Amino acid sequence: MSHSVVVTQMRPESALTPDFILRGRKVVGGKVAGEALVSHETISGWGGVNAATGTIIESRHSLRNVSFAGKILVFPGAKGSSGWAGMFHMTRLTGTAPAAMLFNVMTTKIALGAVVVRAPAITDFDTDPLDCINTGDWVEVDADRGIVSVFSGGRR
Amino acid sequence: MVALTPRERGMLDGVEGPAVQRAMDLLVRYAEALDAECFVETNNIAGVPGSSPLWVKQHYAADGGDYRAIFSRFDLDSDDVVDVPRFSGISCHLQGGMDPIHWDDMGMSEVAHQNFVADEQSAVAQGAQMLKTCTPYIAGNTPVMGEHCAWMESSAVVFCNSVLGARTNTEGRHSTSAAMLAKRVPDWGYHRKENRYGKHLIKVETPIDTIFEWGMLGYFIGDQVQDEIPVIIGGIAQPSLSRHKHFGAAAASSGGVEMYHMVGITPEAADLSMALGGRDPVRTIIYDKAARSKTYETLNALGQSLDIDYVMLGCPHASLDQLSEIADLLSGRKVSTQSALWIFTSRAVKALADACGYTKIIRDAGGLLMTDTCSAISQSIPKGTNVAAFDSAKQVHYLPAMMGIEGHFGTTAECIDAACTGKWRARLEARG
Repeated sequence: MSHSVVVTQMRPESALTPDFILRGRKVVGGKVAGEALVSHETISGWGGVNAATGTIIESRHSLRNVSFAGKILVFPGAKGSSGWAGMFHMTRLTGTAPAAMLFNVMTTKIALGAVVVRAPAITDFDTDPLDCINTGDWVEVDADRGIVSVFSGGRR
Repeated sequence: MVALTPRERGMLDGVEGPAVQRAMDLLVRYAEALDAECFVETNNIAGVPGSSPLWVKQHYAADGGDYRAIFSRFDLDSDDVVDVPRFSGISCHLQGGMDPIHWDDMGMSEVAHQNFVADEQSAVAQGAQMLKTCTPYIAGNTPVMGEHCAWMESSAVVFCNSVLGARTNTEGRHSTSAAMLAKRVPDWGYHRKENRYGKHLIKVETPIDTIFEWGMLGYFIGDQVQDEIPVIIGGIAQPSLSRHKHFGAAAASSGGVEMYHMVGITPEAADLSMALGGRDPVRTIIYDKAARSKTYETLNALGQSLDIDYVMLGCPHASLDQLSEIADLLSGRKVSTQSALWIFTSRAVKALADACGYTKIIRDAGGLLMTDTCSAISQSIPKGTNVAAFDSAKQVHYLPAMMGIEGHFGTTAECIDAACTGKWRARLEARG
């Protein structure tokens, strides 16, 4: 059975040249484009996220009360409870899951979470995405090829 | 591409039926996300198979909204609903949503309780052992050295790897449910010896004796090393099971520690070189009086008011020796009319506590000894609670943030005192 998710928001090829391109390893395949939400802190699933709203609720988190629904979520990785994948699966049910996940540190929590969210996901980048992608940048993710195209400052 | 044995290829091709096929498909996607080379066989799985709140069942109403629908669509992340055979692997159910007897006291509705009972009956029919605890290792499932397990529950995972020398990653809902049918998990992380050596050296320069001290040390270390392996040396005396339990749970909460070594104490750390795999530590970190004070302040950061409405003990679920201590502390005292005392444990330990008379002492004092869950898992606190107290660094990390209440952290004796007086009278300085 096929589990690939294809979201046809991508503009025609060669419409514009991205400011830069990152290359990494596919975690979950698929293509999507959207606005980046960058967290420099790891994210907890169970106890750290409200699945009804796709909002981070962890106290002291810099993105507390911010929603990742439909965003290209760029973050170091997962932390906390083993309920991570269960909680992120629930965001898929409520329609508040991230559109894609780009992260640095592989763990069982995030691997399983990315699989069941079924959004394109990439890790093992040639350049740290946390160093060069900012919240609000327009990002095109081609997880099948492991390519991330970044348009700094948002969609043009 | 993950390598499959002929048996695994057959499972993926549907030879062992549609549910095993869906389970193997999920496990292959998971293994490829991890970039694992192959699977490891397991016959010790701890998860929460098929249990779900009503809103998730309602989400799958078109599929019947029953256990079969939840297990297929949610647990196995399947695109269709299939019949689920009896679990082939030895499978236990971890903690759940409410106490089976005192659910009404917890504020649960009759409808929610009926859903809880139905889920339990279904899981039992699938062959799940209903340990109903975050501490399976003291409630009927104690893995042995080298045993490959597939466990959820971060505090149980760290105990399993560190104290018992068994091998598990922090698995999730889907991977454990799939493993109950396919008896496989990716051969990745803590299943492989080369990933079980320590990275950071922790020198303890202040005495660590009670679960209170062990909890603070764990919380400090988790924050320092995040999810990497600490090796602890210095002022630590042989910890009891309960002290390991509180230490590991705290380290898994503030950081994500899944394994630790204590030199001369834990099984894969006979000496420092063995713990570090012959390498130098990446970093050496000191835990001294100053670090201890700072950790205490962090854990008490959300505690302002000294009027205590609620004392919760049993995170992770209380062991028999802890219930014995609590019964001693409560003997001849009464819980204040200003506050409530809820204590959580496993069904197995509760049965022993009943036999030992601890349950009666707790009940006569006005406290409740409950099983299956805790305030964080059930998101249930006594009505009107604004300020709570805990002897668990893990619980004070989670519950106040989740429920929007204040929280204090102290010793078990300080918590019992608070329950009986309605006042928080603990200060770190008083203990020196």
